[in-house]
Amino acid sequence: MSITYNFAYLDEQTKRMIRRAILKAIAIPGYQVPFASREMPMPYGWGTGGVQVTAAILGPQDVLKVIDQGADDTTNAVSIRRFFETTAGVRTTTHTGEATVIQTRHRIPELTLQAGQTLVYQVPIPEPLRFLEPRETETRTLHALADYGLMHVKLYEDIAHHGHIATTYAYPVTVAGRYVMDPSPIPKFDNPKMHNSAALQLFGAGREKRIYAIPPYTTVVPLDFEDHPFEPTRFGQPCDLCASTTSYLDEVVLDDRGKRMFVCSDTDHCEERRSAGHRGRLLGSAPEALGVGPRS
Amino acid sequence: MIAQGFADPVLSGQKTFRALMDAMARPGSIQIIDGIKTAPEALGPTMSAVALSLVDHETTIHLDRRLGDDADVRAFLAFHTSAPRTSECANADFALVSDGLAMPDLAAFKAGTNAYPDRSTTLLIGISGFHSGRRYILSGPGIDGIATVSLDGARADLAEQLSANRQLFPCGVDIIFCAAGEIMALPRSTRISEA
Repeated sequence: MSITYNFAYLDEQTKRMIRRAILKAIAIPGYQVPFASREMPMPYGWGTGGVQVTAAILGPQDVLKVIDQGADDTTNAVSIRRFFETTAGVRTTTHTGEATVIQTRHRIPELTLQAGQTLVYQVPIPEPLRFLEPRETETRTLHALADYGLMHVKLYEDIAHHGHIATTYAYPVTVAGRYVMDPSPIPKFDNPKMHNSAALQLFGAGREKRIYAIPPYTTVVPLDFEDHPFEPTRFGQPCDLCASTTSYLDEVVLDDRGKRMFVCSDTDHCEERRSAGHRGRLLGSAPEALGVGPRS
Repeated sequence: MIAQGFADPVLSGQKTFRALMDAMARPGSIQIIDGIKTAPEALGPTMSAVALSLVDHETTIHLDRRLGDDADVRAFLAFHTSAPRTSECANADFALVSDGLAMPDLAAFKAGTNAYPDRSTTLLIGISGFHSGRRYILSGPGIDGIATVSLDGARADLAEQLSANRQLFPCGVDIIFCAAGEIMALPRSTRISEA
């Protein structure tokens, strides 16, 4: 027996409720709009918020890309892509440039996003102040008053302990000069990509039941201090497969004797560069398990 | 007899919403709406499509006098949305205003609270069009630099009304202007002045 789903799984009333939340989120950049998050056929933590946002905006003409830590071929990305192939019948792609909707867990693609593209983030903890103040009633008041002193104290304590701001992912930002927002656990390397992006950015937190957004062409400024300005992560070496010097790199341990390599976390970016002829130091000798085998 | 709603509730609803999302994300841009041709005349095809894509039994709607007095409109919205009606602007999640020239003061609507600025009214306002009439300069989130727009059939003091609304940020109302086959959104985050 085959099961027939409504287009993109969710029922129409749920979609309308999520769509109303999305419009409010866009109208109030960085503000977390509460929404009636539904049970999805996957556990919390697997992107139920992102999936609900994607399901509410997706149409038959869309081309969907799903990434998990930059990769199109990891379990979470593959299963969500299949979910929408099954329930919505949409075309899917791994090419960033081809996609109209990109659902992401913890990365922003390296290729600059264009107007007309929508980036949907999966968010575990939407509240940037949550680890500093556990009470929702209090954090809500702090947002209402735009009282973000706590966060600055936290960053200051980083400096006092480590000599620099040690937050490297989920680095808090101020959106449109008003709300402090958690950009989800993307590396701080990606923070500059959110600023003045031509693409619409939507954030969905399923367990925490919040949706928020950054409209295109919106100022997104990482919190910092005049004498300790925000610094995106830099890598001292290029990708070992495609020789890119501008992308975010993952460290891959190769054996138990300390051998390791650094490769692009964005698999599509790395593949496109390799097919354009760029060759990294270890291309050709990389282990087969990386799926890039010996190439001539 | 009650007029037919979306020919395809699922896909037409999605297409209308995407136009709304693009409109809200790019204030001042004109988005195309595939209207409901069978809609009651007073409501019009465009505003009907926008209303049916957003409104349901969970949202309270306010109708202006012309729409509220029209039995066809009332029956159409009641059947297709089941939305409870309110005569008080200040209680409405959505307010349907058929004539932009007769738009009530924006301060009459629900602006939300500082803790919950999302608990505010979204206004659907019918106007003549976006290709002639008074010109305005917009800036703010969603706009690359500035945008110049024309609104035909809006209140003469619209810029004043919207500037006062902007002062309330993050509270305030959001507006979706509906003309024949086209919409334009002005969220509360947009700054406006007359050109």
